[in-house]
Amino acid sequence: MDTMLLEYLPILLFLGIAVAFAAIAVGASWLVARQKPDVAKDSAYECGFDAFDDARSKFEVRFYLVAILFIIFDLEVAFLFPWAVSLGKIGLFGFWSMIGFLGVLTVGFIYEWKKGALEWE
Amino acid sequence: MIQALVFYLFAAITVASAVMVISARNPVHAVLFLILAFFNAAGLFLLVGAEFLAMVLVVVYVGAVAVLFLFVVMLLDINFLKLREGFLQYLPIGGVIGLILLAELALVAGSWSFAPDAPLSVGTHVPDPTVVTNTDALGRLIYTDYFYLFQIAGLILLVAMIGTILLTLRGRTDVRRQSIAEQVARTKADSVEIRKVASGGGI
Repeated sequence: MDTMLLEYLPILLFLGIAVAFAAIAVGASWLVARQKPDVAKDSAYECGFDAFDDARSKFEVRFYLVAILFIIFDLEVAFLFPWAVSLGKIGLFGFWSMIGFLGVLTVGFIYEWKKGALEWE
Repeated sequence: MIQALVFYLFAAITVASAVMVISARNPVHAVLFLILAFFNAAGLFLLVGAEFLAMVLVVVYVGAVAVLFLFVVMLLDINFLKLREGFLQYLPIGGVIGLILLAELALVAGSWSFAPDAPLSVGTHVPDPTVVTNTDALGRLIYTDYFYLFQIAGLILLVAMIGTILLTLRGRTDVRRQSIAEQVARTKADSVEIRKVASGGGI
């Protein structure tokens, strides 16, 4: 267990460095630079224009459909990883178990293809 | 030593960001704090040795579910400041419901006890992590021992797929689609016509 965690130590160090770097970059400019804000400086600057309106507006539900379909296939792929690692141990039954799982999802895939959910109009 | 320190760091950030999720004024910020909580939960999973779960948490929850939450927040387009206006008005009934829930939870916690043979079964299915990796150990169980649950998971995904398509897909008739088969099947005979035009006569 501890040897496994030791392998993740570099990632922890990277995380620490990233957090420290971000904190220093923001903190140093906050501490060192002179801060004299006024209305003109704080206003939104977008090529000299005022911001037109709120960025939060309604958009097409189609994006949501794409995101959900992405999650479903994301989960399918997540199931593939342990299967690929242990394929030698689980034998033919494990192999066909996964093929059945993929078959069920392929039915859904064909359905969405035929229904035109993948097409962008 | 480092392990304990890292555990308390991750746990503290998880709890703090979870509090921020429900108290942040801007819903988009709340979702971003939720993502932070997911990342720290993944760190906690790693600390107990559940490597695969930690990675899946990052890939599926941070990569997909959090994006979906952002979508929902954006899609709803609710003015959340207006939503908060009735806060004091609904405070009494909300408080009563909260108290009832708390009482129920206390009742459950009070009458809850471990099954006598529960400590025995803890760890019996866990292979030695120095011999078998976490992902391998999961893979040996999911596809054979838990065959039915695995297939049901597939069916649930299928239902989810069909459900979203039925709910959100609306065929638009005002757009012209490209039909490649039709384009390729066009021949010279049915698209080009040669006529003799008399000079000055027109067609």
